[in-house]
Amino acid sequence: MLNRAKQLSIFLAVLWAAFTAGYSFAQGEFYAFETAQQEQMFNELTRELRCPKCQNQSISDSDAPLAQDMRQLVYQMVMEGQSREQIIDFMKVRYGDFVHYQPPFQNSTMILWLGPIAVILIGILVIYFQAQGNKRQCANIEAEDLTPEEEQKINAILKNNADNSVSQASNTNEERT
Amino acid sequence: MSSKLKFWIYLSPLFAFILLGVFLFGGLFSDPTKLDSALVGKPVPEFELPDLYAPDRSHNESIIGGRVVLLNVWATWCPTCYAEHTFLNELQSEQNVYIIGLNYKDYSRADAVQWLQELGDPYQISLFDQSGLLALDLGVYGAPETFVIDAEGIIRYRHVGDLNPRVWREEVGPVYYSLLDGQE
Amino acid sequence: MIAELGHFSLAIAFAFSLLLAIVPIWGAYKGHGGQMSLARPLTYGMFVFTLISYIALTWGFLVADFSIAYVASNSSSALPWYYRITAVWSSHEGSFLLWMLVQAGWAAALAVYSTRLPLTFAARVLAVMGMIGVGFYLFMLLTSNPFDRLIPFIPVDGRDMNPLLQDPGMIIHPPLLYFGYVGLSVAFAFAIAALLGGRLDSAWARWSRPWTLAAWIFLTLGIMVGSWWAYYELGWGGWWFWDPVENASFMPWLVATALIHSLAVTEKRGTFKSWTVLLAISGFSLSLLGTFLVRSGVLVSVHAFAADPTRGMFLLAFLAIVICSSLLLYAIRASKVVSHTRYELFSREVLLLGNNLFLVTATMVVLLGTLLPLIHQQLGLGSISIGEPFFNSVFVYITIPFAILLGIGPLVRWRRQGFKELITPLATALMSAVILASLLPKIIADEVHGMAVLGLLLALWIVASTVQELRQRVAKRENKPEALVKLGRSHWGMVLGHLGFAVAIIGIALVQNYEVERTVRMSPGDTFAESGYEFRFTELGERQGPNFVSEVATFEITRNGRLIDTVDSEKRFYTIQRQVMTQTALQVNPFRDLYIAMGEELNDGSWAVRIHIKPFVRWIWMGGVIMALGGLLSASDKRYRLKKKSVGASAQGASA
Repeated sequence: MLNRAKQLSIFLAVLWAAFTAGYSFAQGEFYAFETAQQEQMFNELTRELRCPKCQNQSISDSDAPLAQDMRQLVYQMVMEGQSREQIIDFMKVRYGDFVHYQPPFQNSTMILWLGPIAVILIGILVIYFQAQGNKRQCANIEAEDLTPEEEQKINAILKNNADNSVSQASNTNEERT
Repeated sequence: MSSKLKFWIYLSPLFAFILLGVFLFGGLFSDPTKLDSALVGKPVPEFELPDLYAPDRSHNESIIGGRVVLLNVWATWCPTCYAEHTFLNELQSEQNVYIIGLNYKDYSRADAVQWLQELGDPYQISLFDQSGLLALDLGVYGAPETFVIDAEGIIRYRHVGDLNPRVWREEVGPVYYSLLDGQE
Repeated sequence: MIAELGHFSLAIAFAFSLLLAIVPIWGAYKGHGGQMSLARPLTYGMFVFTLISYIALTWGFLVADFSIAYVASNSSSALPWYYRITAVWSSHEGSFLLWMLVQAGWAAALAVYSTRLPLTFAARVLAVMGMIGVGFYLFMLLTSNPFDRLIPFIPVDGRDMNPLLQDPGMIIHPPLLYFGYVGLSVAFAFAIAALLGGRLDSAWARWSRPWTLAAWIFLTLGIMVGSWWAYYELGWGGWWFWDPVENASFMPWLVATALIHSLAVTEKRGTFKSWTVLLAISGFSLSLLGTFLVRSGVLVSVHAFAADPTRGMFLLAFLAIVICSSLLLYAIRASKVVSHTRYELFSREVLLLGNNLFLVTATMVVLLGTLLPLIHQQLGLGSISIGEPFFNSVFVYITIPFAILLGIGPLVRWRRQGFKELITPLATALMSAVILASLLPKIIADEVHGMAVLGLLLALWIVASTVQELRQRVAKRENKPEALVKLGRSHWGMVLGHLGFAVAIIGIALVQNYEVERTVRMSPGDTFAESGYEFRFTELGERQGPNFVSEVATFEITRNGRLIDTVDSEKRFYTIQRQVMTQTALQVNPFRDLYIAMGEELNDGSWAVRIHIKPFVRWIWMGGVIMALGGLLSASDKRYRLKKKSVGASAQGASA
């Protein structure tokens, strides 16, 4: 019975702790640097490293104790003169690729870079051939620019000839060029 | 271009969306915050930490290895740790599992000791990591976490969240017992 | 009682949307005028009852009726009245109700202004709005009812509104964004109606364009206000973080930007029709996708609402139905569209396609960057993060060709353009851009950063070629000022839109490369000097707010011994939610922001103070406002004010 009561009291204490954890005002944190470069590097790194605990924040924004520890380590390593890459690798060894906001360049992430390049290349080809096709198509019809009236006539003819339900109606060419 | 081919080209956005939809659907059933450990397949990092009960006694990585162990990360500020504690006691007493406790960034040594005295102590060895540095080396990002470590001291599995009969039966237990079988 | 009334109104609005989704479209199919003309009254009904429901919820907040679960979770008796009104959209259920009010509002506006459209077409457009409504109302009624009661255990007080959202920026950000997101459903409805009617032409593009522009304006302003809010409220001085939810709003914006350009071509040249329709479908699909990502919990984000798998499932099903059916319809109808307009490789058509290509590529980068972590994890490849370093570098590469094309495009004629005529204006523009871009950084700073020069070069290239374009327009006119005025609002809209983009690029390039961030230890009385400014921490006081207590640090900022301003930086503790918020001190002029955020109190009574000097950061948002103004000018062009007659003539085609 007594044991029960004790367990309950611990449970309540735990709940209370869980509720108040992270809201404490105290435990000020301040890092002093020797050079402006160190400070800048620290600022950049803490912004590029993601907090594994509060996953929507970088370690510079997060109040989580883990983020605090990580900031402390980044600070130490910056002051020891370690390079950007060394510090990022240090974190990656422990928390995996997740910890850096720059995804690694590997087979599984290749699409991030190659996808857009492919879209651009295919797009350029499509645009090019479409324009070329247009040129060839109309080379027979027109030798020089049509007047708007002539163009309307042609449009009207095309419209009548097209069996398609999708019409080319009211192309009122008010060119503003 | 034949009209059939044209139709299929125009249908391609639909296929792209369906493919995407499959992953979005899968996303509903997985927790995006769960991280895989970067240390699976790697040895437990070196450390030097005091014993929870005896401040002047210290342990290092040599306590790992020689047998399959669980390394359980816990703290008194962690409500989920409270929830899994009874099950850890059972694992130790009923299945004879060797568990090393890593007390992680606790308020104080006394709090942790009191907790173990009152709720029972399932740990063969209790490490006291107030600075959280070993936990950081292990890639711990919350408590509780449990690592399964083989006889060579290599980390084989990491479970984030509480250990309970279901998790033990379906996830952690099989890894543990297969390592144990391999050892014999 | 009021809450039940709200709930009941929502159900009635659902009934209206259901009828709206079925009756007019059936009428259009059967050619039944009476059924088609029911579309308008049904739309009004849907709007009115949604409005009643929304007012009922707002009422619950105003009178602090904590028996309503949603009110109890997001408000408290200490909350000031104005935040009680905005607390309505501070969480999932209420914000979705706002979303639907906006949706019904757009539909009602369409109903009012569509009297000049052919009846069949208007009926179809409104019916599509109704169909979208059906899904949303069902979602609300089944999974996210904001009127649920906490009976019989009524809490004495509420749990308060999220302190992050208790801010003026939050009053306008979500409504603006929703107007934009949901506004894209209008462009979508036009596209679907056009596909259903089998009529994709210039008239359709012309009708749809002002609506699309309106949605785009709201989206632009909404994103801008959001960025501005994050900048001063979150206390880390960033204005964009590439968070999944930010990305979710950025993707529809990129597509909508492509769409307003592509609509211009379809309207004026009758070409790219199927491409334009695809963009219209994609724009709204992406805004639905954004809703899903934010409200389902599949991604980790600062802004995400609490996760609930039922909601996620429902939204995904709705998303799938809407997108799959519209893409299928697209494949069936658009693949039959034949385009007859001729253009050559060097023509405005091709340059606008190029513009679209880069905008779509940018969208794809954002989409991949947002969703790849989810896919990567599901394929068992582990967790990865895709954030600022990745997006920033890729976007530099996309912006370069995009800005170059943007400069040339307006100078080029439709159909075909000889290159020789453009050599002089383009060379002049390039020369002036190069000269200014290489001089400016030397004037504003000691150091010259390559990326800043590049950004300035691109921006000035856009400005200079826009000036060249205006000169070209009036070159042959006698009265040049008059000719400039006569160019028309639509043209000036384009000019402003492009200049706004250039202004934003200048802001981004300069703030990214020249910002200074220092964290210093200061006690009251201390002075810190940086970049010619002196920051004196004069005093530390306390203040009692309605639902928070705060510590207020006062700073005097001087330059060369002359006092510029006295500003307050606060650290607030919201007592009910037990959260600490920083309230940044800002000293602003057009060319730089001085930004002071309080860190934590240190053990010796001093404070960690974060001081930023951010040159030209305001230009980013100013650029956004200019772009939105451009949109407004364009949308108000007189050719969109439909004349009854001309539309009547094309109405015959609509029933085909």
